[in-house]
Amino acid sequence: MERVSIDEQRCKSCGLCISVCPVKILIISDRLNARGFRPAQCTDQDKCTSCGSCALVCPDVAIELYREVKA
Amino acid sequence: MAEQMKVIYERPKSWANKVTHYCPGCTHGVAHRLIAELVDEMGLMDKTIGVWPVGCSVLGYDYFNFDSVEAAHGRAPAMATGIKVTNPDNFVFAYQGDGDLASIGMAEIVHAAARGWPITVIFINNGNYGMTGGQMAPTTLLGQKTTTSPLGRTPQTNGFPIRVAEMLAQLDGPAYIARVSLDSPVNIRKAKSAMRKAFNAQVRGIGFSLVECLSTCPTNWRLTPVESMERVRKEVMPYFPLGEFKVVEGVL
Amino acid sequence: MSNKVLMKGAEALAEGAIQAGCRYYFGYPITPQNETPEYMSRRLPEVGGRFVQAESEVASINMVYGAACTGVRTMTSSSSPGISLMQEGISYISGSNVPCVVMNAMRGGPGLGNIAPAQGDYFQAVKGGGNGDYRRIVLAPSSIQEGVDLFVDAFELADKYRMVVMVIIDGLIGQMMEPVEFKTKVDVSTLKTPEWATVGRHGRDHANIITSLTLDAPGLEQWNLKLQAKYAQVELTESRIEEYQMDDADYAIIAYGTMARIAKTTVRIARAKGIKLGLLRPITVWPFPRKQIQAYVGKLKGTLTVELAYRQLFEDVQLTLCDKMPLGWYGRGGGIVPGPQEILTAFEEQFGKGR
Repeated sequence: MERVSIDEQRCKSCGLCISVCPVKILIISDRLNARGFRPAQCTDQDKCTSCGSCALVCPDVAIELYREVKA
Repeated sequence: MAEQMKVIYERPKSWANKVTHYCPGCTHGVAHRLIAELVDEMGLMDKTIGVWPVGCSVLGYDYFNFDSVEAAHGRAPAMATGIKVTNPDNFVFAYQGDGDLASIGMAEIVHAAARGWPITVIFINNGNYGMTGGQMAPTTLLGQKTTTSPLGRTPQTNGFPIRVAEMLAQLDGPAYIARVSLDSPVNIRKAKSAMRKAFNAQVRGIGFSLVECLSTCPTNWRLTPVESMERVRKEVMPYFPLGEFKVVEGVL
Repeated sequence: MSNKVLMKGAEALAEGAIQAGCRYYFGYPITPQNETPEYMSRRLPEVGGRFVQAESEVASINMVYGAACTGVRTMTSSSSPGISLMQEGISYISGSNVPCVVMNAMRGGPGLGNIAPAQGDYFQAVKGGGNGDYRRIVLAPSSIQEGVDLFVDAFELADKYRMVVMVIIDGLIGQMMEPVEFKTKVDVSTLKTPEWATVGRHGRDHANIITSLTLDAPGLEQWNLKLQAKYAQVELTESRIEEYQMDDADYAIIAYGTMARIAKTTVRIARAKGIKLGLLRPITVWPFPRKQIQAYVGKLKGTLTVELAYRQLFEDVQLTLCDKMPLGWYGRGGGIVPGPQEILTAFEEQFGKGR
């Protein structure tokens, strides 16, 4: 399961999450969503440190974050 | 051994989960989300009534799962006062932009603050009238070009910007007045903590609270969302310093 | 034994509002109605209500708007220039479908005018004032007792139709003293919070939103049609008129409020002289009692509209009677109140000696 879950239909391609990601794993994808925006995407889920910065700056509440824990 | 996914961040329950009408990168969405998070965390959803302004956030009520009303331009504090008077146990906040609050609604906000009754105002300062196309606002910086100050704001033709947080903090009424910025993760965390104090000032019945949020308007500033955040840090913060301008005892 | 007490109009009407269940009053000082907010500031706390002195009439009406959204009985009062400032709020309240009562103690105008009795705000009250297609019920008492009684109706009508109800008086009714009896006392504990009120969800399965904004044109048209259907219903069922000495009348004076009260004396003087004069007194000036007045077509030789304004009420009379009979008019403005004899003279000038 993804650590960085980006709701592509909600994303407006503003790029703020990309600008604040400390491990540089977010990019603008080359797909278009239904509203004509190219949504952000995560290139390497394993590198996410769960710092929460992307979700904090996202003005569209498009990002949810998870992390595996041993059961 | 099975692995489970722990939630680091999930959408707030009081967030209505609709795609907003805001432009890409506009920090209205950030301010909205912080409100939703706090309403969730403080267990306020069932007793919240939001009062929405005229301006870009005129449709703000669409994005939350709590009760809301839509005020006339500048009158949100008066309307919030009317609601709070009849329902003192409810949580009543007004959300206002800088044209709404600091221009047409200046009388209402000053008197709401002076009365000091426990309502909360979230004030979005993005230095222009976003909805109507980027005209000069009371918070437009000197030199800033807008559609009604095409050569840049000058004191001779346009007067000076108004520092709302400092001005209202001079009154005896308010319990909590702060200015925060929505430009970066660290400042957004601080913004949320200030808004929590503001909400608490009402919930604990202490008094009027207002948080001024330095915000962006990438579309009308003619900047990218990331450049807009930089402009807030470089140009806006020096004129509108961040901080708590009034914190009475008991606010936490 | 009657329970009559001698009270000043502006105070009696305030008590009438309280007896009608009003518990929240928001207002700003303006003459000639200051006794109303002053009375409210004393009395409302005694009955568990709240009085708020707002920073302006603009703030007053928007506080009323907020309170109205929570489904309580709430009101403001003011006088002409202050009512002008409230027009935006009245339009929003009307467009949002929430109830409240507004009292206007009309004074001489335009502009700052003076504080003397006048009816120059008739158009503003019954035709519009604020922006957009909306109506409000307008009640026009001609005595303090009637005003007190009408306040009960005002709040009931406001709640029933989710409309702004305006009570129009003038400084004469507001400032004089008369014996008055409070016949109806509404027990506010029996008033239920309506299901549309924004009082917090408290377990409700949806959020309540109160707004006058509908961005899409078809949606706003539908909203307008809903309002129009409501207004049509009000026009059909809520118009009221007093018909005074009309049974055998050849002629009628048409007047409302203070002017009608004076015209009653004119009727009596005229009848003593053998002129069969009566009085048609609209109690609701919106909805205008059109049908009731039209019923006299073929029976009357003419009407004289008398008002403390210049051809405002007269315009509604013209729309009602068109060319069905001779329509005379007499009015004074600027706070001049004509006496009964002056009105009779005007009648005789326009209709001869009543033959």
